[in-house]
Amino acid sequence: MSLKHDIVIVGGGGAGLRAAIAIAETNPSLSIALVSKVYPMRSHTVAAEGGAAAVIRDDDSFDNHFRDTVGGSDWLADQDAVELFVNAAPREMTQLEHWGCPWSRNPDGTVATRPFGGMKIERTWFAADKTGFHMLHALYQTSLQYKPVTAYNEWFATRLLVENGRCQGVTALELRTGKVETVLAGAVIMCTGGAGKLFPFTTNGSIKTGDGMAMSYRAGVALKDMEFIQYHPTGLPGTGILITEAARGEGGVLVNNKGYRYLQDYELGTPLEVSDPNHPVKKAMELGPRDRLSQAFIKERDRGGTIPGPHGHVVHLDVRHLGEKKIDKKIPFVRELAKNYAGIDPVHAPIPVRPVVHYCMGGIDTLNDGSTSLPGLYAAGEVACVSINGANRLGSNSLTELLVFGALAGEAAAEFATAHGELDVSALERQGADEQARIARDFINKHGGTERIAALRREMNETMENGAGIYRTHAKLQATRDKLGELRERFANIVIEDRSLTFNTELTSALELDFMLDLALALAHSALARTESRGSHQRTDYPERDDERFLSHSLAYRGHDDTAVRIDYKDVVITKWPPEKRVYGQQSSAEKSPEQTPPGSPAGNPPVDPQS
Amino acid sequence: MAQTMQLEIFRYRPEQENEPTFQTYEVPFDEEWVVLDAINYIKDEIDGTLSYRWSCRMGVCGSCGMMVNGVPKLSCSAFLRDYYPGTIRVEPLDGFPVERDLVFEMEGFVNKLTSVSPWIVRKEGEKKPLEEGPYKQSPGELSDYKHYSMCINCMLCYAACPVFALDNDFLGPAAIALGQRYNMDSRDQGRDQRQEVIAAHKGIWKCTFVGECSAVCPKDVDPAGAIQRAKVSSTADYFLELLMPWNKSR
Repeated sequence: MSLKHDIVIVGGGGAGLRAAIAIAETNPSLSIALVSKVYPMRSHTVAAEGGAAAVIRDDDSFDNHFRDTVGGSDWLADQDAVELFVNAAPREMTQLEHWGCPWSRNPDGTVATRPFGGMKIERTWFAADKTGFHMLHALYQTSLQYKPVTAYNEWFATRLLVENGRCQGVTALELRTGKVETVLAGAVIMCTGGAGKLFPFTTNGSIKTGDGMAMSYRAGVALKDMEFIQYHPTGLPGTGILITEAARGEGGVLVNNKGYRYLQDYELGTPLEVSDPNHPVKKAMELGPRDRLSQAFIKERDRGGTIPGPHGHVVHLDVRHLGEKKIDKKIPFVRELAKNYAGIDPVHAPIPVRPVVHYCMGGIDTLNDGSTSLPGLYAAGEVACVSINGANRLGSNSLTELLVFGALAGEAAAEFATAHGELDVSALERQGADEQARIARDFINKHGGTERIAALRREMNETMENGAGIYRTHAKLQATRDKLGELRERFANIVIEDRSLTFNTELTSALELDFMLDLALALAHSALARTESRGSHQRTDYPERDDERFLSHSLAYRGHDDTAVRIDYKDVVITKWPPEKRVYGQQSSAEKSPEQTPPGSPAGNPPVDPQS
Repeated sequence: MAQTMQLEIFRYRPEQENEPTFQTYEVPFDEEWVVLDAINYIKDEIDGTLSYRWSCRMGVCGSCGMMVNGVPKLSCSAFLRDYYPGTIRVEPLDGFPVERDLVFEMEGFVNKLTSVSPWIVRKEGEKKPLEEGPYKQSPGELSDYKHYSMCINCMLCYAACPVFALDNDFLGPAAIALGQRYNMDSRDQGRDQRQEVIAAHKGIWKCTFVGECSAVCPKDVDPAGAIQRAKVSSTADYFLELLMPWNKSR
């Protein structure tokens, strides 16, 4: 017995919901399965804070957004994809507005925008500082009106079903009953998000274990640019809770143990006084890109400028000069989080922060319509790598990305599924039975074993941080790769205590760790092979960017056994802006004049203070 | 010796136990830990069979609601230090059928959310084309519904609600607040269709305005206020219809 739909979407976060709505709106006759290991409103899109980028002001342009994104990516983004993205962004954001997203507003009722790191103009739409939360809930609530969408809430997908060269469904574990079911469809869209949980210190929720990346990798699809991991420069020490970049967009500054704005010493420009009306200067200092700010933290620590604390070294994010009123209006969640989890009221004291793993630039290798090398398999959102983010994603591009590419993947998958309605049902059901047997044999009914899941996961986290953190070397990466190989072997000896079929989270923890070990290996191999420094991938043994050899995406394929990874490359698409030196601060000051259009000029919305 | 703390946790595995039991665990006491950290410690270090829901650990995903010493709490926001050195008793949220340990059934809650049509409704022919850009909405219009839009669906308000405790069919605080969230949105025209559900006998009329829902809400959504507001506007509808039956289209 199997369940059958036209399309299966795996993952109910922003990308999955956007894909579902796109299909329901354009092809109402298609039936859609939305398979998610959590209720969709729990998905990690919920935790995004600062905003979503789309050109809306008259003094902005698609070309500006394009250039910010390509430069931010250290030229590893595909320029055709970026162009498509920036052009589609305003329409998608407007669509979300029509679906009820409570965007913050200017006094005249237009949508407000705020500055963000690496962005030349205020183009980040925001809903105070809970943008992802509001987007996810607006998408989820909107999706509830579409009858063709069947929700499989708390179903944990375990494997892609591939037959006759086509992806034709998934197997999934229904958590409530412990049954492994086959969910068949003419097309599958992966929307399971990133894999921050590979690392010990991350803003990511517990569910971000890269399941969809691993399932696709196991089905023979390449993982692209996996070596590029974004460290967000401002996480709370200990918990890793994100303090949004919007805190800096609104004027917050980063200072070292002497109260000095240390970023000025790391090629990020010269600071203006916080009282200067031109502060914060865009694409400079605190509004530099995330990779450069996180790297500056490490350099500052190495020269003794950081502040030791119970959870390692920190610097201070100071927003006091914004005043209580503005803090409560623009970044109320920052205040709530800092008070609850760091015991600091940012109105009266600076917030201790340090870099924290935040986002996977890499993921399933997809084309611009979300399709992959496996016919019938599509992917969108953080799980995918189109790539618009290249070697470093700009803050506020990812929320827009999941809308733009979620919708495109939905439409493309709908078209494919319509043309491929015939399924190899009996062969697929045999595969489903095999998967059921595997899960019973290797997990639920597994006896013996001595390795605790949590202990292996901790060792994996530690070796990732040690070898694949902000600064990397050949020797350290090799040690990490070897350690991961050892963990991969030890995984076969895990102990499972829980035999229950009802909501067995020891089983899901084991399946997640199994997925993560594959991804960790793919990441380590990709990072070892890229002997250059670009964006978030910094090799101290190869400190320069090397466009001769590495203006290309890495492709990691699963090798002949559990630990083998084959690395290949494909060229970056350059359409109109060949690589240049990536400059922040200086160049931005020189560029400043055109963007400082005075209020009330013909050039669009006046830069007025949004009310909420 | 390092300080420790005891947690008594509700356990129930339907295949193994006929009725729930409590299991006591000893965990390290850490000033910075929340109840969820202690539960994760138990899962990782002591007993891998404990099941519960959690994800973001920052009070926004809404997964980890539990009864902590009899009070509905987000376990990621309830600090051990507020209970130390006493014992902490952890149970699944009140009022919902238990599936396993701290995991309870929530499909009924989702159905209630769906029943209030929680999406923007526009009248036929009054949808703004995308090409014409976003609707205008003043900051004042935004603040009319903004606090109702802050609900994270954690369901603490249901666990606190005396009406829901007696009658699981009660639409409940979060769903009514969500309906009001759209009713109050200047872009929406669906109030009439929602009002039929909200004002139905299973809805707001059962609420005795105890206000427990607003008291436990971690996001200051004030569902009790939403319910009162819905009552008032439904009463207004009733009298308007009585006085002006010709004006039913409003």
